[in-house]
Amino acid sequence: MSTESLLGNEATTTTVEAAEGFFRKLLNRNETVQDAVNWSRRWSFFQYPFVTACCGMEYMATAGPRYDYSRFGAELPRFSPRQADLLMVVGTITHKQAPILRTIYEQMADPKWVISFGVCASSGGFYRNYATVQGIDTIIPVDVYIPGCPPRPEAVLDAIMMLQDKIKTERRPLLPVVESP
Amino acid sequence: MSKEALDRLVERYPDEIVSTHADHGDETAVVRPARLVEMMTFLRDDEGTSFEMLTDLTGVDYLGVKEPRFEVVYHLYSLTKNHRLRLKVELEDDEDIPLEVPSIMEVWRAAYWMEREAWDLYGIRFSGHPDLRRILMYEQFRGHPLRKDYEMEDRQPLIPPREGKQHL
Repeated sequence: MSTESLLGNEATTTTVEAAEGFFRKLLNRNETVQDAVNWSRRWSFFQYPFVTACCGMEYMATAGPRYDYSRFGAELPRFSPRQADLLMVVGTITHKQAPILRTIYEQMADPKWVISFGVCASSGGFYRNYATVQGIDTIIPVDVYIPGCPPRPEAVLDAIMMLQDKIKTERRPLLPVVESP
Repeated sequence: MSKEALDRLVERYPDEIVSTHADHGDETAVVRPARLVEMMTFLRDDEGTSFEMLTDLTGVDYLGVKEPRFEVVYHLYSLTKNHRLRLKVELEDDEDIPLEVPSIMEVWRAAYWMEREAWDLYGIRFSGHPDLRRILMYEQFRGHPLRKDYEMEDRQPLIPPREGKQHL
């Protein structure tokens, strides 16, 4: 059964053509399929906000209308790691929470990225004691660190843009199953 | 601010009071633990004191500062009379005597978690508490981290660090 007969009317056929044209244009503008995929990945972050502390307020400010990270395509926080590709670790991580954070990270499907939000997540901040993990990079890999206690929303937007730049040049297998021998 | 309440307590239980003092209008009584529950019930129910609320319950470790080493501090507040009172129980750090005070959970239910916290962080036992488990630290944690002799650099991570990293 052809697409035309499935969709039936003329108007929808035009929509399909428009979509095809869009992707052709996308591929023409970029050099490879990988570039096109990277383009769509970096403009559609689905974040998992792992919010544990006061940095969460600043995270919300960044999400609000004044700073509005949805301008960068990072619009929808997902509260299931299965649906997310950007893990935002916002706030102090204690040793008691460390196994939970690692599980959340492992539950996320590839490709995935991690932003460490604020000094507590990045280094333990001023908590150097029995309870606090001294930087989440001791338990999960981190792509971008945001300094500040808490960081300004501008710093968060800067981090999102840095991550976008990083993804721009990424070369990871598009379909790992197909490409492996 | 609550001189009357303190006086009432001293008048009723003269033998249980070790000492009293007042800093900046904060009346404090240092008491013996033996009849603690009875005294707390009196402070709650007596019309002159009517401390309906246990604001806070904490432990203190005075290692190297004074003897006896441990102290449990009770902060009471009266909603109807708008006055406050502090009670302190001193505890010897002696291996032969258990580090223990009677639980006041039956007087104020608020003591439930606070006593668990004092047990968790200081290792002070509360006899009669129905469920004296750790509340902030994890079960696998060894020792009591707010004791002054807890090793400052002692870390007890639940999961090992990533390759090439270490828990500081």
